[in-house]
Amino acid sequence: MSDVVIRVENLSKQYQLGEIGTGTISYDLNRWWAKTRGKEDPFSKIGINFSPTQTTNSDHIWALKDVNFEVRQGEILGIIGRNGAGKSTLLKLLSKVTKPSTGQIKLKGRIAALLEVGTGFHPELTGRENIFLNGAILGMTKSEIKNKFDEIVDFSGVERYIDTPVKRYSSGMYVRLAFAVAANLEQEILIVDEVLAVGDAEFQKKCLGKMQDVSTNEGRTVLFVSHNMTAINALCNKGLLLKNGTVENYGPIGECVKIYLNNNAEQTKINLSDRKDRIGNGVFRFIEVILLNKYLKPQNEFLSGEEVNIMIRYKNINDMTLKNVSIAIALNNSFDTQLTNMANYISDKTFETLPHDSTIICKIHKLPLVTGTYSFNFFSRVNDDISDWIINTCALNVESGDYYKTGQVTESNQALFLMDYNFSLINK
Amino acid sequence: MTNSTISSEKQEQWTEIIAPERGLLDLQLTELWRYRDLLLMFVRRDFISTYKQTILGPLWFFLQPILTTFIYVVIFGHFAGLSTDGTPKILFYLAGITSWNYFSECLNKTATVFKDNASIFGKVYFPRLIMPLSIVVSNLVKFIIQFILFLAFFFYSLFNSDLNVHPNTTILLTPLLIFIMAGLGLGFGMIISALTTKYRDLIFLLTFGIQLLMYATPVIYPLSSIPEQYQLFIQANPMTAIIETFRYAYLGHGHFSWGTLLYSFSFTIVLVILGTIIFNKVEKGFMDTV
Repeated sequence: MSDVVIRVENLSKQYQLGEIGTGTISYDLNRWWAKTRGKEDPFSKIGINFSPTQTTNSDHIWALKDVNFEVRQGEILGIIGRNGAGKSTLLKLLSKVTKPSTGQIKLKGRIAALLEVGTGFHPELTGRENIFLNGAILGMTKSEIKNKFDEIVDFSGVERYIDTPVKRYSSGMYVRLAFAVAANLEQEILIVDEVLAVGDAEFQKKCLGKMQDVSTNEGRTVLFVSHNMTAINALCNKGLLLKNGTVENYGPIGECVKIYLNNNAEQTKINLSDRKDRIGNGVFRFIEVILLNKYLKPQNEFLSGEEVNIMIRYKNINDMTLKNVSIAIALNNSFDTQLTNMANYISDKTFETLPHDSTIICKIHKLPLVTGTYSFNFFSRVNDDISDWIINTCALNVESGDYYKTGQVTESNQALFLMDYNFSLINK
Repeated sequence: MTNSTISSEKQEQWTEIIAPERGLLDLQLTELWRYRDLLLMFVRRDFISTYKQTILGPLWFFLQPILTTFIYVVIFGHFAGLSTDGTPKILFYLAGITSWNYFSECLNKTATVFKDNASIFGKVYFPRLIMPLSIVVSNLVKFIIQFILFLAFFFYSLFNSDLNVHPNTTILLTPLLIFIMAGLGLGFGMIISALTTKYRDLIFLLTFGIQLLMYATPVIYPLSSIPEQYQLFIQANPMTAIIETFRYAYLGHGHFSWGTLLYSFSFTIVLVILGTIIFNKVEKGFMDTV
């Protein structure tokens, strides 16, 4: 057990919602008055336990609740979870930016937290001066930075501009310099929060490589937060999955990613029967939709290149067998631009007969989409009459995945969609 | 079973434990010392960024007190006809302005330290005390530059025998005076900064407060021009003894007593200790409220 470098025990963090500051003087006076008379604090609401998503009328929420885990030396721990799961709060507590409400964190060694690249960079100072300033902010002494200076400049690749004020830098150079400082820190524990979302692909690869390197070769511990499942999967050996401020799973990274992707499977089933904003005569009605993976298990997040099955339940109100049914599913991106249309009369042919109440499946063999949120429109036509048409039926969340089975990812800023292609040499 | 867990617990040497509360007097000064390079880095940043891309550059450090002195000489000296105890008007006001500026800048900047640095405090941890300390040192650099300006006028007047300037050995107290000024600015600033994280209104009050305080301090008038019965009020202000001693030391006119100086000194020590404790208490949780 001696190689445990971080132990988090019953860690909780409570936040106060709404406006803070107005009327606090009178609150505080009230509180003080109650205290001096030996009464209970009139404003505390201890003992109420709720999740951030649960709506309550109280103005306090637990961003983290009873979190326990351990990290061993040299491990790369991937912290995953949806927005609001408590990832950032956990990092803030670990990096001592804010204090926990209850519980404690025990550490062995110094922590360097990279919650943002270039914290404290001053635009008027030169690259050289900012290296020293940023390094000092991150906890290094001047002599430590001096020793590492050449390495930092080398890693950043901006040596030509090192004596130019950073306000003249391109944003890419800025980020590279900032990450270079952080990557060459001496601290035993490194916390990295999504900083890789910036910079070009080549530099991102360099950063990932560097993190791998400090962990395996220097025995340092890395905590890495990201939404990029490919990077998490490739880099980390352990995972911590947070959900509504609590630990949902803590174990091997593959297992965590899998649970994360299958998370909220219940919510994936979307009831359409109550939708009023529909057009059509209603002979054929969409009742329910659910997105399934290739094992036909409900799934909420899909990776690029994965198989997606759109399972739709439909119904005929008069319990009649339907004839000559056309169905179309339109795919829209987050700007509501229609990207494509999947229609049975194009790919296959119209359903000549359909039972009055059943389920149909539309299989997307290899999802050609980049990271983002997409939505579907459903359309059906029976005997040339529009029978049901619903806009925005369900959302499709896509995270970057291994589309080409090479471990490489097309950056989302380089593509709107993914093409199935390959290269080869013709004249041998 | 339980025993073994306890013993393994004992064996583990945690270098740090992050817990909700820590002792009131646990000021973590060793950690502060480890970050001393950061303090100098901040001072350097402040200095460079102040004059970068200005035509006159560091000259502004001179121009500001010169212009203020000029205005004071014209308005308070000539139009209002306030006494300067017979000392040269320029030196009299310059002495007051230079010392007052140092105190008030330290106070002003320290008081809003959480607000001004919320973005950096929210992203990275370092001992927060570094920030107020760097403000005090940054302003010290500025003060020394302005003090050199004062000395230039001082020596000019000194060798101009018809001007009424009589320095004495109290000059040796200068470092102590600077220390007390810095301490007062820092101490008050830290207490106010701790309060402003919760009660924002205080920031607006502060601007008025400092201005009012200046008139309650012998900056534009000598203590001797105040009627006897009010002098005690003015002397309750710890800055009074500083500016009066300063003028007494360099110009030979002003109220000087070891008693008032000791009062200012002990006031400062108590204030700095109190300020540090309050600052440290607020510092850990302020990110949630600021």
